[in-house]
Amino acid sequence: MAGTTWVFAEIVDGKPVAVTLELLTKARSLGGTVEAVAFSPVAEAAAATLGEYGATTVYAGTDPAYAELLLGGPAADALAKLAQEHSPDLILIGATYTGRDVAGRLAALIDAPVIANGLDVAANGDITVQSAIFGATQVVQTKFDSSGPKVALIRAKSFAAEPGGGGAPKLVKIDAPIDEKHRAAKMVESKADTATGPKLEEAAVVISGGRGLQDPKNFDLLHQVADLVHGAVGASRAVVDAGWVPYAMQVGQTGKTVKPTVYIACGISGAMQHTVGMKGSKNIVAINKDADAPIFKLADLGIVGDTLKILPQLIDELKARKG
Amino acid sequence: MNVVVCIKQVPDPNSVGQLDPSTHTLRREGVEVVLDPGDEYGIEAGLQLVETHGGEVTVVSMAPEKGLDAIRKALAMGAAKGVLITDPALAGADALTTAKVLAAAIKRQPFDLVITATESTDGYTGTVPQMLGALLGVPSVTFAKHLDGDGQKLTVQRQTESGYDVIAATLPAVLSVTAGVNEPRYPSLKGIMAAKSKPVDKLALGDLGLETPKPGQTITSVQPAEERKAGEIVEDDGEGAKRIVGFLEAQKVI
Ligand SMILES: Cc1cc2nc3c(=O)[nH]c(=O)nc-3n(C[C@H](O)[C@H](O)[C@H](O)COP(=O)(O)OP(=O)(O)OC[C@H]3O[C@@H](n4cnc5c(N)ncnc54)[C@H](O)[C@@H]3O)c2cc1C
Ligand SMILES: Nc1ncnc2c1ncn2[C@@H]1O[C@H](COP(=O)(O)O)[C@@H](O)[C@H]1O
Repeated sequence: MAGTTWVFAEIVDGKPVAVTLELLTKARSLGGTVEAVAFSPVAEAAAATLGEYGATTVYAGTDPAYAELLLGGPAADALAKLAQEHSPDLILIGATYTGRDVAGRLAALIDAPVIANGLDVAANGDITVQSAIFGATQVVQTKFDSSGPKVALIRAKSFAAEPGGGGAPKLVKIDAPIDEKHRAAKMVESKADTATGPKLEEAAVVISGGRGLQDPKNFDLLHQVADLVHGAVGASRAVVDAGWVPYAMQVGQTGKTVKPTVYIACGISGAMQHTVGMKGSKNIVAINKDADAPIFKLADLGIVGDTLKILPQLIDELKARKG
Repeated sequence: MNVVVCIKQVPDPNSVGQLDPSTHTLRREGVEVVLDPGDEYGIEAGLQLVETHGGEVTVVSMAPEKGLDAIRKALAMGAAKGVLITDPALAGADALTTAKVLAAAIKRQPFDLVITATESTDGYTGTVPQMLGALLGVPSVTFAKHLDGDGQKLTVQRQTESGYDVIAATLPAVLSVTAGVNEPRYPSLKGIMAAKSKPVDKLALGDLGLETPKPGQTITSVQPAEERKAGEIVEDDGEGAKRIVGFLEAQKVI
């Protein structure tokens, strides 16, 4: 039993992000009371969805300035104040960029430890967070020793989100004036890297490229395959750092976690910082010209060969199949 | 401007890490330690700012005595001075303790900007930069992939899940930078020679007026993860693409 669990609800484009719903689903399974805390001018509109996934109360901060400030600072201040009033036992935060900003500042403000990179959480007397280290070759359980609220940062896709049929949540408005210092950092523009087709985290097929693609323009081959199978294109960090493709495409420890039905790695060596982001895929296909590449250790189907030769053939085969 | 860059020494990222089974801390014997490659971007960012707008870079590190090597490397790249916080009581310190120690050391001198990497290569909690912002009472401008700035303000492209946000901030602030924000320089021979005579302040917990930290978390178990097994590996004989199509069909994704 977890007593009271809070989930930090991140609202993007008026809706809670996927990891928020995943965490609410998990929080329900811990037993006890599940509540959400949201900061967005449109937080109230998102409350119904948060209720559907298990929040019985939604604390909503709706200051219009949340839309134009770096949210981490003011949200952590308000959460710290709220946590002091209500003493939740556990605060779950999705390990997104904003989630990490909130968790770090909150932990410092309430002088509570934060356990990061969580993949699971258990509450039976103690609260224990499971995480993975060394490229997910080792699983670590860490127990909170502190009294007071415990803050855990949980990676996206750790749990499946399932609605729980709860009724409309109680809505409590948060009244927390934004400290002047947070107004020193303003968001002046927001840019999305344009991508068509399904999102990387949601696609049933992900085809990723690494340095083995030799040239940025060869990513076009991956996009063609993705279009034909209604999939999404990912990348290794090596090619993101080299500026071939935007960071939003990076899969791995410092990028996204993907769990598609089929993951196709093209010219990717399989460094553990990459595989940690894709080894949860249902099936893995790898194309690499080096038979000893570590990626083959996880591949259900491994093709030892030149990806620049195989990809055009794959495009032709898929086109022929479509007729 | 006064720029402080927080740097960490980590086990060589190219070696496979091991935990000590009894203490659950990182095994350090026989493992090379290096300046965290992620921190080179922070050092470079600091150096570029002071080279254009005046001032100096101070590097701060909490580490065992050996951490001096990482500081010397930063000094060789061009930082003006270093601060090393070493104390046996800090072995195995968690992120919040680390942030408290770094914040106390940073506060001993005036600063306009504190730079960190977004996460360390060994611990990668990725929370120290935000904690520092809270403890120093300034905004944390995080996950910068592009940076312009001077002594008063910064314009940063901050990574988001779908692209990036442009953030305009006035100083003082904490800034965390990602790999790719710049191209870190190599220390020159002259830099390496000069680094030997640059000042490094060595501090213990008591010098910062801090008490021995209480651990807030304990590792209760470490176990090998379930590993995937390799499936069928075939040499491409011209049929590779067909095999993949067959596989996709069998999985019913096409
Ligand atoms: C702290 C930290 C975090 C990191 N986070 C991530 C992360 O989130 N994601 C990530 O991906 N990496 C990450 N890395 C980097 C990681 O360690 C590897 O360096 C990176 O994944 C390698 O990318 P790559 O496989 O594309 O390149 P390489 O390792 O250079 O591999 C290229 C592969 O292509 C093959 N190849 C070459 N030509 C062809 C061809 N014509 N046909 C077929 N195969 C070919 C080669 O045999 C080789 O196996 C991180 C590293 C650190 C230290
Ligand atoms: N012991 C340390 N000494 C100096 N800087 C540190 C230390 N630990 C973390 N940092 C800084 O904080 C960043 C994030 O670390 P972490 O939160 O541990 O992932 C690192 O990349 C460093 O820039």
